[in-house]
Amino acid sequence: MLITLENIGKDYVVHRKLPGHVLKRERTLVRALGEVSFSIDRGEIVGYIGPNGAGKSTTIKIMSGILTPDRGLCRVDGRIPHKVRKEHVRHIGVVFGQRSSLWWDVPVIDSFNLLRDIYGVDKERYGRTLRRLSEMLDLGPLLRTPARQLSLGQRMRCEVAAALLHEPDILFLDEPTIGLDAVSKLAVRDFILEINRERGVTVLLTTHDMHDIEALAKRVMLLGKGALLYDGSLEAIRERYAGEKQLSLRYARGRLPDRLEGAQIVQADIGHATLRFDPSKTSAQRLFAQLSQLVELRDVSIQEAPLETVMATLYKEMGL
Amino acid sequence: MRPRVWWAVFALRCKNALQYRTAAWAGVCTQFAWGFMLIMLYQAFYRSNAQQSMQFSQLVSYVWLHQAFFAIVNTYARDGEIGEMVISGQVAYELCRPQDLYFIWYARLLAQRFAAALLRFPPVVLVALLLPQPYGLLPPASPWHLLLFLLTLALACLLITAISMIMHTLVFKLMNLLSAMAVLSVFAEFLSGDILPVPFMPPWLRAVSYCLPFRYCADLPFRVYSGSIGLQEAALSVGVQLFWILLLGLLGHAFLSKQLKNVVVQGG
Repeated sequence: MLITLENIGKDYVVHRKLPGHVLKRERTLVRALGEVSFSIDRGEIVGYIGPNGAGKSTTIKIMSGILTPDRGLCRVDGRIPHKVRKEHVRHIGVVFGQRSSLWWDVPVIDSFNLLRDIYGVDKERYGRTLRRLSEMLDLGPLLRTPARQLSLGQRMRCEVAAALLHEPDILFLDEPTIGLDAVSKLAVRDFILEINRERGVTVLLTTHDMHDIEALAKRVMLLGKGALLYDGSLEAIRERYAGEKQLSLRYARGRLPDRLEGAQIVQADIGHATLRFDPSKTSAQRLFAQLSQLVELRDVSIQEAPLETVMATLYKEMGL
Repeated sequence: MRPRVWWAVFALRCKNALQYRTAAWAGVCTQFAWGFMLIMLYQAFYRSNAQQSMQFSQLVSYVWLHQAFFAIVNTYARDGEIGEMVISGQVAYELCRPQDLYFIWYARLLAQRFAAALLRFPPVVLVALLLPQPYGLLPPASPWHLLLFLLTLALACLLITAISMIMHTLVFKLMNLLSAMAVLSVFAEFLSGDILPVPFMPPWLRAVSYCLPFRYCADLPFRVYSGSIGLQEAALSVGVQLFWILLLGLLGHAFLSKQLKNVVVQGG
């Protein structure tokens, strides 16, 4: 196993001002992580999901060595990250989607060259990596531009490249697609898949975009309130929590009544309608039988519930 | 110890700072206005009482050098990005790199002073040398004085940066760069001779200033140039400068390491 976490826990000390007092403040412990355990194998891409404040970033910081856990044991490639931080960070790449690691006022290439010196990457090797990265992420003209003049999508592509200049074996991505447009999102996703396939880089990414997970990760870990609630495939979640499906139909002749047994009419017009039904309660056959008595069906299509809805149901059911 | 990285940071920061030429010209204008104002003020002062611990010509040189190298010696130059980094938690990102943050930040602050001075000092020195006496900058007392001036100025730059590093590290405690600087820079400014040259201070205050590092950042080099401080004392003072640089560097390094450890333990 490349990464193992055993009963990792972390509390934050938070100071709260007491109402009515000028100086007095209250010290409270906020539990960020209860007891989280999991392991990740070399070459896996794992999606890390959960609502805001679930402790995803905290876990990533612990695995990066920039946060000391209060309880438990974290091992990454045989190292205990926070104990050997400087040595550890040579082997990992980290991208925090909400922060920037590039120097604001200078061309991106200058920031890259500085990283080359910081990591002590061999010149020739660096040249090769940089060429490959700028090809894959289409960085060409961006490298000469100061970071402050880049759009969010362009900047994020540069951030991802910056995290990989020293060719780490492990990549932690904390919301790498946040705020990106469709094109940039696809570019970042394709890139992650490619470096995973090509160089076997192990990737752990957190995101709120379920399509990221769908496109990238076979394995999903769901974190909620500081505990690991689910660890498995996305498919299994979908099957278990998909719930209602959507049925669109077009018909000739006849009329749909205002109410149907076992289905809800979302939208209806002359000749077409959209229904929602729960296959675990009403079978599709019964619904069709009922419909075919009322109208002459021309065309039907059944869609899965949107992934976002699935996750919302899941979060709700787990009390998050 | 990675001098290559420090140099890379220094060069990058200089390159960046050298872009701001308009600001430099504005600075040069301010420097001239201040210089003339101070000289006229001191002239009135010398007229009423000519018995002073510095010759008027030495004082004029002091004022012009101070204006020319103001960017190096001023106590409140700050790097807003460092403050921002600490307050926003961005500093966590810096910890994801195999680097010693003290030296990286030190190189940044040093470059900021160096580059700003590089843009500002040539016009000030040139014009001040051409001004009619007694208002102009005189040539150095001797080639040796010039040499020691350059050496003590370079060390002054290292020393003031070490002091500045401690002020910047205070942001971890105070969460505001401006107030962190205000805590120390007022004292530092006065005791370094930025407001009043040290020879004009009452004897007890002069004694205090000689015991602290600040006068070795400004008072020393500028007075060495004009011969107000002799060669022998200047040579000894180089040793004192080195002592302070080492001491404050070690203290600053330990202070920053402690703050970063807190970040790592408590979360960024």
